[in-house]
Amino acid sequence: MAEYRLMKGNEVIAEAAIRCGCDGYFGYPITPQSEIMETLMLRKPWEETGMVVLQAESEVSAINMVYGGASCGKKVMTSSSSPGISLKQEGITYIAGAELPCLVVNVVRGGPGLGTIQPSQSDYFQAVKGGGHGDYHLIVLAPASVQEMNDFVELGFNLAFKYRNPVMILSDGVIGQMMEKVQLSEYKPRWTDEEIKKISGTWATTGKTPDRDYHVITSLELDSARQEKFNHKLIEKYKTITENEVRFETFDCDDADYVLVAYGSSSRICQKAVTLAREKGIKVGLLRPITLFPYPTKVIQDMTKHVKGFLAVEMSAGQMVEDVRLAVNGKVPVEHYGRLGGMIPTPNEVVNALEEQIIKGK
Amino acid sequence: MTEVKDIIKKENLVYSKPKVLTDKVFHYCPGCSHGVVHKLIAEVIDELNIQEKTIGVSPVGCSVLAYNYLSIDWQQAAHGRAPSLATATARLMPDKYVFSYQGDGDLASIGTAEIIHACNRGENIVVIFINNGIYGMTGGQMAPTTLEGMPTSTSPYGRDIKLAGHPLKITELIAQLPGTDFVTRQAVHTPAAVRKCKKAILKAFQNVGQKKGTQFIEVVSTCSSGWKLSPVKANEWMVEHMFPFYPLGDMKG
Repeated sequence: MAEYRLMKGNEVIAEAAIRCGCDGYFGYPITPQSEIMETLMLRKPWEETGMVVLQAESEVSAINMVYGGASCGKKVMTSSSSPGISLKQEGITYIAGAELPCLVVNVVRGGPGLGTIQPSQSDYFQAVKGGGHGDYHLIVLAPASVQEMNDFVELGFNLAFKYRNPVMILSDGVIGQMMEKVQLSEYKPRWTDEEIKKISGTWATTGKTPDRDYHVITSLELDSARQEKFNHKLIEKYKTITENEVRFETFDCDDADYVLVAYGSSSRICQKAVTLAREKGIKVGLLRPITLFPYPTKVIQDMTKHVKGFLAVEMSAGQMVEDVRLAVNGKVPVEHYGRLGGMIPTPNEVVNALEEQIIKGK
Repeated sequence: MTEVKDIIKKENLVYSKPKVLTDKVFHYCPGCSHGVVHKLIAEVIDELNIQEKTIGVSPVGCSVLAYNYLSIDWQQAAHGRAPSLATATARLMPDKYVFSYQGDGDLASIGTAEIIHACNRGENIVVIFINNGIYGMTGGQMAPTTLEGMPTSTSPYGRDIKLAGHPLKITELIAQLPGTDFVTRQAVHTPAAVRKCKKAILKAFQNVGQKKGTQFIEVVSTCSSGWKLSPVKANEWMVEHMFPFYPLGDMKG
């Protein structure tokens, strides 16, 4: 029997983690995502599944606990919001460099600096283009509903282990705080030692047994030629991910003259904007990237054949719009509309922006 | 005349290389204490027969490459963060013997928060803390533990307390934390000191096996290259200058 509940996005992250057999959560409180650890502490999963939940002394420490746990082949995760995610970048780049699977949830708030506790989408560059130092990518999932907050926890772990790569759920304060109906996942047991051996036995630090050489988890390579070879290996991995894991959704794009491009909570606003615009007789569609890395570049390229212009709508000063422009490559106009500092655009604002910036501008 | 091959017999064997010590040549400078401490850890792992159960966490610093020398599973941490990796590893695999191996820059400067909180939580881990009062790997800069007046490349006129603050006795701080079970300060400059240090390491690993909480072993060490002294002179300098400020002995447990 499917189990439905009315829950906050943040609470669902915690519930989904327990249900998908997560081994460990390590976090530090920050608004607007503190409900994730609060829910876990209230649920006491260590009594139910044996899952470890620990409040670390800092975000820096929390991500490094994730680094240690991931080294052991365990399903481990952390969550935070923008300023905390900045602190985690050191650990994230080490995890990417050591090719470890893990899940990082960012419930984005406005910045820069301490900024605001209100929702924003201004961490796109940080999430998608690298964030920490060195050439690496995260796999980035952008949920647009409380249901997807649930679904992307398991999806995130699956992708993380499939590619031995950190995965980020790039959410925002709207999705984290709003309540919606959600169908919860079935319970899955945590992996046994035998299962971990089967899945990650070639690299995980589970103790050197006589049947294998000892394992070293490291991102250090002092030989430049070998480091370059490793960098190329990563590039190949990101290519494979780009070929196989692009996820997106389209609404009313088949006959669209104009396409809104929006992810996460902005895409929910844009769905309404599409309806309003069509009532006015403007043929508008919506493209919602679900994976931000890999980005649905090819879909946009194909759309340029029949679309007269794109409007990227995001709660930022214009970050994802750069990826739209790269895909469109100058063939048709691409504009950006965004609200900042925790302000959320209304559907009417989006329609006005479309008319002013794209249709009249043309 | 007796041939060497006639002497190499089982009954004449008084010492052999620990099994978990690999055949790789140490990258450490002559006179450095790291090699001796590595060997002691290897001997303890052999004697307790816990190779399959031991996970090491190496730091950033000279001993970043510790994983080349002990054939156990290793994690290489970011600078100062080894206690966080060890925390998660010990909690997720409670039957394992988890230890972090850290220098003074790693543990007492950039990783101060991580070590204090791991010890305060009483994580069931061994911490080996190599204190040579200097940043060895980056070429001899001032460390949190550099003595007053001690010249380094970033305190070329000697550590000035007014400018750089006081050397940090972090082990004394850690001994105050209720989570720590065994806290001691050792050295490896003489055969007697080596034997004592090994006893402490053995006790620490045994205590972790009995889930007694955090085991903290500081080893006051030499850095001939950083101190710009010969190995013998470095040992003498350590006895004369380091030991009065960092006195050896058990602080707790």
